[in-house]
Amino acid sequence: MLHEQILHRCFRCGYCKMPSNYTDLNCPPYLAFRFETYSPGGRMWLLKAWLEGKIQPGRRFAEIMFSCTACGNCTEHCPFPDFKNLLLEAFTAGREAFLDGGTAPAGVKDYLTRMQLHGNPYGLPAKKRADWAAGSDTESYSGQEYLFFAGDAGSYDTRGQEMARSAAGLLAKAGISFGVLKMGENSDGNDVRASGETALFEELAGKNTELFNRNNVKKIITLSPHSLNTFKKDYPGLGGNYQVFHYTQVLALNMGRLKFKENQEPVLVTCHDSCYLGRHNRDYFSPRMILSTVPGIKIAEMDRNRQNSLCCGGGGGNLYTDILPSGEESPARHRIREAKKTGAKIIAVSCPLCAIMLEDAVKSEGVADILRVMEISEIINDRLV
Amino acid sequence: MPEIKFDRKLCSGCETVDCLMKCQYIKFTSIDDAKAEKLKINAGETSRVLNECLTCYACQEYCPYGNNPFYLLVEMQEKKGILPAPKPIVEEQLRMMRPKGRITARKVSSPVVNMCAFPMLSGNVRGKLFEGASVISGNDLFCNIMWLHFAKNSTIRERVPQMIENIMSFYLKDSGIEEMICFHDECYGTYTSVAEAFGIQVPFKPVHLFDYINRRLDQLSDRIKPVNEKIAYQRPCSNRLSPATDKVLDEIFTKIGAERVPRQYDRENALCCGGVPRAQQRDELADELVEKNISDMVSTGARYCVFNCPFCMATLGQEAAENGLMPVLVSDLVLIALGE
Amino acid sequence: MKDFIRQLAGITGQEFVSAEPEERYIYSMDQGTMPPALPDAVVMPGSTQEVQQIMRLANRHKVPVVPMGGGLVLSGLTRALNGGIILDMKRMNRIIKVNPVSRHAVVEGGASEGMLQAYLKKHHPELKHSMPDAPPIATLAGNICIHGSGHLSVPGGFHSDMLTGMEVVLPTGDIVRTGSCSVSQDWFARAPLPDLSGLFLGWSGTTGIITKLGIKLFPSYAHNDLLVFVCEDADLMPDVISRLTGTQVAEDMTPWMTPKPEWARGFLHINISYGAHTKKELTFKRNLLQASVKKYSDRKIAGFLPMPPPQKSRFLKVPSADLVTFADIRKGGGFEYVGAIMSIEHFAEAYRAGLNIAKTHNVSYSMGARIIGAGHAMMFFYAYAFNRADQEDVKRAQHALEATNTAALEIGGIPWKAELPAQKQIIDKMDPGTFNLMNRIRSLMDPNHIMNPGNWEK
Repeated sequence: MLHEQILHRCFRCGYCKMPSNYTDLNCPPYLAFRFETYSPGGRMWLLKAWLEGKIQPGRRFAEIMFSCTACGNCTEHCPFPDFKNLLLEAFTAGREAFLDGGTAPAGVKDYLTRMQLHGNPYGLPAKKRADWAAGSDTESYSGQEYLFFAGDAGSYDTRGQEMARSAAGLLAKAGISFGVLKMGENSDGNDVRASGETALFEELAGKNTELFNRNNVKKIITLSPHSLNTFKKDYPGLGGNYQVFHYTQVLALNMGRLKFKENQEPVLVTCHDSCYLGRHNRDYFSPRMILSTVPGIKIAEMDRNRQNSLCCGGGGGNLYTDILPSGEESPARHRIREAKKTGAKIIAVSCPLCAIMLEDAVKSEGVADILRVMEISEIINDRLV
Repeated sequence: MPEIKFDRKLCSGCETVDCLMKCQYIKFTSIDDAKAEKLKINAGETSRVLNECLTCYACQEYCPYGNNPFYLLVEMQEKKGILPAPKPIVEEQLRMMRPKGRITARKVSSPVVNMCAFPMLSGNVRGKLFEGASVISGNDLFCNIMWLHFAKNSTIRERVPQMIENIMSFYLKDSGIEEMICFHDECYGTYTSVAEAFGIQVPFKPVHLFDYINRRLDQLSDRIKPVNEKIAYQRPCSNRLSPATDKVLDEIFTKIGAERVPRQYDRENALCCGGVPRAQQRDELADELVEKNISDMVSTGARYCVFNCPFCMATLGQEAAENGLMPVLVSDLVLIALGE
Repeated sequence: MKDFIRQLAGITGQEFVSAEPEERYIYSMDQGTMPPALPDAVVMPGSTQEVQQIMRLANRHKVPVVPMGGGLVLSGLTRALNGGIILDMKRMNRIIKVNPVSRHAVVEGGASEGMLQAYLKKHHPELKHSMPDAPPIATLAGNICIHGSGHLSVPGGFHSDMLTGMEVVLPTGDIVRTGSCSVSQDWFARAPLPDLSGLFLGWSGTTGIITKLGIKLFPSYAHNDLLVFVCEDADLMPDVISRLTGTQVAEDMTPWMTPKPEWARGFLHINISYGAHTKKELTFKRNLLQASVKKYSDRKIAGFLPMPPPQKSRFLKVPSADLVTFADIRKGGGFEYVGAIMSIEHFAEAYRAGLNIAKTHNVSYSMGARIIGAGHAMMFFYAYAFNRADQEDVKRAQHALEATNTAALEIGGIPWKAELPAQKQIIDKMDPGTFNLMNRIRSLMDPNHIMNPGNWEK
């Protein structure tokens, strides 16, 4: 197993369970399940035990492995510099072993099957991928400066599609030159890779790369930070070398081109940092830069912000596989309760998966009348002339 | 081992005894009093100066004859077993800074910048200012001048020739390069003033950072955007070993539009930053030195507090920042002027 | 057992009970050298009432119960030696209330050190509590129960000294309160009542389960600083410690002696943390500390390291992760230590014993101490790192630990949070009347002998 030589070096100190300010727990599966087994340290020791023949890959072990959302809190806070950056890869390798052995949870197998057959996790026809852009002014890609990549949720989820249209529309207003590929794209594959299904990931990435290269794509703007992450880190090794940006990173430098309404109602907004824009790609700045230039918006930070942000629980395929429970202890509901404490009226997100997870949680918490989840571009569009 | 280069007749005939009379930390009742103490030092006898010396290097600059009063003082401290700092502290430092044998030969290209024992500061060598530079660093290139603060001339004699050998055999010789830029005053002081006084051969040409920067600024003159700011400069102790370079610094400041605001504790009157006195267990004096330096800088109305020594910067930087002065290195300020 | 486990699920909800092999495996051991002991199940109660119901059920079925906080004790005290269930208390992690005027906090039995620190920083920045150097998920209750110590142990003593009262579920399921909270609304002190808290401190979880506790808080300072004292002669240390503690201004005093980094080998250091409300006060305290040991610095045989401000911040971090990272120095994630509580005059003897043991057993070691109170005692620790994947390395560490426990007892110290073999060594040395009383109390409180059995037995 990849990185098996680091498994025994975990001291199970538990720094990985918390943010750097210790305000609460910060590992989504540990927070939801609370058994030591569901913490990163638990995973390390269980994988080691498996390799030593002390434990078998049963249903529970599978749930433990696939409940990890790859949020990166453990990597961020592990005190051991020699191997902290290998933790997520070790867990991915563990998941790969489960998939190879056929013992992955049913929800994961179904998710991956849909990906394989349809190129997206919804099991919807590939040819409907660009439908989100229909009826809008979004142009087809024909050599503009950027390719705009909406990703799975942005392409197929109703709410996601709203966000895709919102972000694309806003970029256009800011004078950014971009187009979308109406045929041939499939999932970016980020969460497939994180799940350990390497072969499928390479297949998905290969198809995208071939399509992008054929169309001479040089620069990509993504709606989802998940896409940003894999295009930036994994695609170059597979022949896909592009300059990749999350749309907030481009927008942050072009806010001067937007005209805002006068006399805006002041509103308190709290920022939820998405794992893949934040911890994985170190950008805590772009969403805040954007919000701070909008008249009337004041930011109130949650206790767990920036590199301490609590993952919404949607990563690692969990948005589609539902391994993490959706009860009171779900990370998303914890996050909403935390957002509520700031007194903010809006929780600003920069990822469609975060938006979907947190909106569900707002409903479950019964706070829809006082707290609204809004994607960054939606907040901006609301305040433009 | 060769003795410190020194002519005792110069001291006997000296009428001003500047080395001691100009001392900022030890008081003498008269020139005769100072002369008496100086002659005791020269003769290897007990003198209160050996115990009270702050090791600020200033007397090296004050002596009009270049008669190495400070190096000789340190020699006598060591001979008489006088320790400016407690023994365990010195021992730990000796171990911490010893050569580690962790050096591998590599080809280097001009300009070769010696970052001494501070590889973590290599990030300061950047931009067009240092274009094409090769940075060499590590304990195996440590200039070892700090032992002057700890009465360990013997360590200087023992380790400096080895450092020179390392620089030549691992870097300069095979690359056919003769010049080496010393990023810090300490290194430059070692390979010029100290080497000469201790009779150590230096086969390469040490270049002071300021000389390098001054030259380079002429080459990049069209890129300079004057900073138009007042600056307060904290002259490091080791610059006293190469006082001519202080004039070069003035030229640099002029070229980049930085006004070196006159302050009480600058140039010949520069005051110790307060770092070394703490090792000597003189914390209250160190507090006083910090306070004097900072309030002096603040009174100039300067925006930047400019350093050329990592230890001064570590000692004073935080306090400077808390008092509204932005701590930067000389090279940082030049980089700012070059838009880098 | 199956029926018992089903009934457990009826108390806490199925999602908080597990008899799965994965949980049984992970909870069978901690990070130290003690061998695994499989529990039958792991349970996570969410309230005092649930704990009570669990204890009543366990008594009916005569199933052993092992309470567990952070599980970071390292000496295997949270293993189910006789099977049964492990009670992972960490769901009960609320900060219940803070009394800023009388400076104390009331927390649940599974509340973590880290979360109390964070809570105070946000809501009561003028207050702080004494944190051990354990990782922040360690529980206050667990640490207090083993007589832990930490960053305010010089003014405050052991963390058990900082306890102001408890709510405990007895092995029989009765709920009791100790301290002022048993009579008053307030949790301010254990005085003036008969001090029943002592029935639960240092008993390795064999007398009850703490569900709430009160802990003293201390003023936090705007300005904080650190002095590092260094000398070469261990025989000087008791006098140095006595002089430094005599100033009564330090908050934390931790000698440390380690062979790595190389420059530190053979030297004895003392980290002294202190704080003040103003810079002037801070300088005054520093001067007091330095003046107290002037007799040594004047002779240049010892002194304080010059440390520019940027270097200090690492040492001022609370808790310090340095102790934890020691676990990887043999690239093996294993670390255990003997912390011997002893009188300060034994410092040199304790140190030399440690050097000897490390050499004899060929182990990677680190030694240090934490000074308790105004120089009343010290927790002298001998830490050994080992490579968990190398059985020989684990054995070496185990033997070193055994030898250390023996040496500590011979010197007159007592290992804290003693692992099973060390418990037996302590019992051997213990006054028979004391041990007799311990047994009588345990029989009275735990008639079915279900609370963490296997511990503190001959």
